[in-house]
Amino acid sequence: MASWKVKHKSSGTPGTLNMGKPHIFEFETYQDMHACRDVINKAFAYCESLKSNSVLQTWSYASRFSEKISNELQILHKELVQSKVQKMNFWSRRKELLGKYSIGKWKQRVGLMASSIKPSTDGRTNRVTFNLTPEIIFQIFNERPAVSQAFLNYVPSKMTEKDFWTKYFRAEYHYSTKNTAVAEAEAAEDEVLSVFLKPDEILAQEARPKIRRVDPSLDMVADQGDDYSHTMDLVEPQNDQFGRRSLSQDINRHSATVLEDRCIDVESDDSRTIAEALTLAKQDVESDDSRTIAEALTLAKQVSKATKDAYQERLEKLSRAIVMEDLKEPQNFSFVPLSTKDPRDYFESQQGIVLNEPRVTWDSKRNVHDAYRSLKEPVVQIRTKGLSAPFINPEVSFKVLSELTQTISDANTLNGKNQPESVLDRLPKSMKHDILHHWALIQELLRHFWSSYPITSTYLSTKVGRLNDAMLNIDSQLEAMKEPVRSDIRHEVSSPVCSMQKVSFFRYIDKEFYVMNQIVDGS
Amino acid sequence: MATVASKLYSDDVSLLVLLLDTNPLFWSNTSTTFSQFLSHVLAFLNAVLGLNQLNQVVVIATGYCSCDYIYDSSLTLSGNSESGRTGMPALFASLLEKLEHFIVKDEELIKEQEHDERIASSLLSGSLSMALCYIQRVFRSGHLHPQPRILCLQGSPDGPEQYVAVMNSIFSAQRLMVPIDSCYIGTQNSAFLQQASYITGGVHHAPKQLDGLFQFLTTIFATDLHTRSFVQLPKPVGVDFRASCFCHKKTIDMGYVCSVCLSIFCEHHKKCSTCGSVFGQSKLDGASTVSEKKRKAPDS
Repeated sequence: MASWKVKHKSSGTPGTLNMGKPHIFEFETYQDMHACRDVINKAFAYCESLKSNSVLQTWSYASRFSEKISNELQILHKELVQSKVQKMNFWSRRKELLGKYSIGKWKQRVGLMASSIKPSTDGRTNRVTFNLTPEIIFQIFNERPAVSQAFLNYVPSKMTEKDFWTKYFRAEYHYSTKNTAVAEAEAAEDEVLSVFLKPDEILAQEARPKIRRVDPSLDMVADQGDDYSHTMDLVEPQNDQFGRRSLSQDINRHSATVLEDRCIDVESDDSRTIAEALTLAKQDVESDDSRTIAEALTLAKQVSKATKDAYQERLEKLSRAIVMEDLKEPQNFSFVPLSTKDPRDYFESQQGIVLNEPRVTWDSKRNVHDAYRSLKEPVVQIRTKGLSAPFINPEVSFKVLSELTQTISDANTLNGKNQPESVLDRLPKSMKHDILHHWALIQELLRHFWSSYPITSTYLSTKVGRLNDAMLNIDSQLEAMKEPVRSDIRHEVSSPVCSMQKVSFFRYIDKEFYVMNQIVDGS
Repeated sequence: MATVASKLYSDDVSLLVLLLDTNPLFWSNTSTTFSQFLSHVLAFLNAVLGLNQLNQVVVIATGYCSCDYIYDSSLTLSGNSESGRTGMPALFASLLEKLEHFIVKDEELIKEQEHDERIASSLLSGSLSMALCYIQRVFRSGHLHPQPRILCLQGSPDGPEQYVAVMNSIFSAQRLMVPIDSCYIGTQNSAFLQQASYITGGVHHAPKQLDGLFQFLTTIFATDLHTRSFVQLPKPVGVDFRASCFCHKKTIDMGYVCSVCLSIFCEHHKKCSTCGSVFGQSKLDGASTVSEKKRKAPDS
C-alpha cells in the first residue's frame, strides 16, 4: 500500500526491506538498507506502541528518518520549524502533499445516505433488522431536520430512543416497499409516524426563500410545458400528504449536506447530543447565510458603525452575485471600428523603417539619360582605377556586427524559444542558490498559510500572522539581495516577492471577513 | 574518381546566384552611390569564392527593361588571372565590362519603349526566372553539383504588374528547394522579397546602414545552406502578404478571388480574365433587401 522509495547518491543493486504488507522500502544498495534497518525497526516499534494514538506521531518519527535522506527537506525543516511553523504542522502538511505515500486511514470516507440504509433479513422469519450506528444517526439527522426535531421533542418525554427508531424505520420500510396505503393507515393512528411520512417541513421552509431569490425569468414550471416534457416519465403528484420522496430529491438533499460539510466536534454515542449539536450548527449557518436582507439590515443597525459599512458592502456583494449577466439585456458598448488605412504602415513600423518617400517616376527623357550616366560612370571608374583601398570602415563593421547580434538576441527573447539562458543563469551562482532556497521557503510557508484558512480560531489567526511576518522577512532579504543586481533583471529577481504581496493582500481581506464574522456571531 | 569528386562536393559547396539591381532610377535617387555599392558587392563575391574552392558565383543584372547574366565564375575560372594595371582580379574586370555593356543596352531599350506611367521597379521576375533556369541546368548536369541559392540585392520598389510572374518564380524556387535570400536596400519595403524569402525558406534582411553593407552581406548572406542549420540568422518580425490584383496590377489587401483558378481582382467581374469562368450574380447587393424583408414580415 504505502511504499517508500529511498534513493541514495551511490548506485548499485537495489535492496528491498519488507516490513510487512503495507510498508516496503526500496534502497539502491544493500549497505544503505542495513544502515536504515535499525531506524525503520525503531520507527515501527514506536508505531506499534502508539497504535491507539493518531498516525501523525508515527509519521513524525518516520520523518526523522526521512530527514536524513532529504537534505533539502532538512534545510526547510530547520528554517521553518524553529520559529515559524510548529513541528506537528510541518509534517502534517508534508504528509498531505505526499498523498499516496501517506499511511492508510487517509482514504475517502464511504458516503452514507439516509435513504440508502438497507435492512437485513434473516430469511426465515418476517423480521427485518436495521443496524444503527452513531454515523448513521448523524447522517439521518443531518439530512432530515424534521426527524432531528421530532427526536428532540419526543424522545426522553414521550418514548424511548429505541421506540423512536423503530417507528422511524417502520416508516422508511413502508417507503422502500412502496406500501403507501399501509403507511397512511398507520400514520393516521400515530402522530409520530406521520412526521416521518410527511415531506420535511423544515427543509421546505429553508427552500422557500432560496426559490424566492431565483431570478423570476428562470421559470421551471414554464419549461415543463415545453415540447420535450412529454418524453419524460409521468411525475407522481407531490401535493398529497404522504407523497413519496423521489430518488432525485433524496440525492439532492444528500448532496446538499455533503456540500455543507457540516461536522460536529462531539464524539458521542448519545443521539440527543448529536441532534442538539446539529440544530445549533444549523442555526449558526442560518444566521450567516440565509437571513433575509431586511433582517440583516436591522442587525446591521445594532452593530457598531464601523462594522456596519463592512456588512453593507458584503450584502451588496451578495446581491450583485445573484444578478445573472446572461439574463440581462445586452449593454450597448460603444465600439470603434478597426481602421487599417494602409497596412504598409503596419509592416514598416514593425521593420523599423519609417521612411515614406513619395514614389518616384520618370520625369523626363533627360532624367533617364542622367540616371543611366550616373550608373555607367562608377562602373567605368572602377574598371580603370580599381577599388578604393578601405571600402569599409572597421568601426562601421563593428557597429553592424553588434547591432545584428542585438537584433537576433532580442528576437529570441521575443519569441520565447531557444532562449539561451534564464535570468537565474545570469546571476552569480551563490545568489542563484539563495534565490532558489528562498523560493522553496516561500512555497512551504504559503502551503501552511493557505492550510490555515478559513481562520476559525485565535490559534490559526496567530499562526497566519506569524507566517506572514516570516514571509515579509524573506521579502526584505530579497530586496537586499536585489541591490547589486543589474537593473534590467532586477525586477525578475523579485518576482517571488510579488506573489507574496498578493498573499498579504488576500490575507488582509480574509482577516477583515474574520473580524466581521466574529461580530455577527457575537451579536 | 567519383569518391574524390563526392568528397570535394561536400555539403557546404554553394552556387550563389546574385541578382544585382541596376535600376538607374533607384541609384540616382538614393543616398549611397553605385560605386560604393559595387565595391561592397565585389568584395563580397570575392569572399564567397574564397570560402570554398568549388564555390560558384553567377551574377545577373536586373535592369529596368531587361536583365542579363553579367558574370559566371565557372566560365572565367579557366582563364588566366590577369591583374592588369588596376590591380583588379580578372573576374571583376570581366564583370564590370559586361555590366557596362548591359547598362548601355538597357538604356537603348528604354528609348525604344513607349514611356508610360510604370512604377520605377526593376525586372525582378525576369532575373528570378533566369536564375532558376541556370539552377535547373546545374541540377540536370549530374548528381554532383554545388548547393544553389539565390540572393536578391534589390533597392527598387516592387512592380505590382510583375506580381504573377514573381509569385510563379517563387513557387518554382520552392519546388526546386532553392532558397531565395533577399537583401533590400531601398527605402520602402518589398513585399515580393519578404514573401520570396518566407516561402522558400531564405533569409530576408533590410540593412539600415548601407555603408556597412559588406558586413551585412558577409555575416548574413555568405552562410551556406549547411551552416544555416546551426547559425542563428535574423528573422523578420512580420511578412507582408499582400497581393496585386490581376486586372489593374494594384497592390490590394482585400479583393475578389476566382473560385476556380484563384486569380485576384480588385473589383467584381462577370468573367474571370485568367480562366474564363463565369461568375454568378454577387449576393452582396441582394442580401440587405432580403434581410429587410425578413425583418419586416412579423410587423405586417
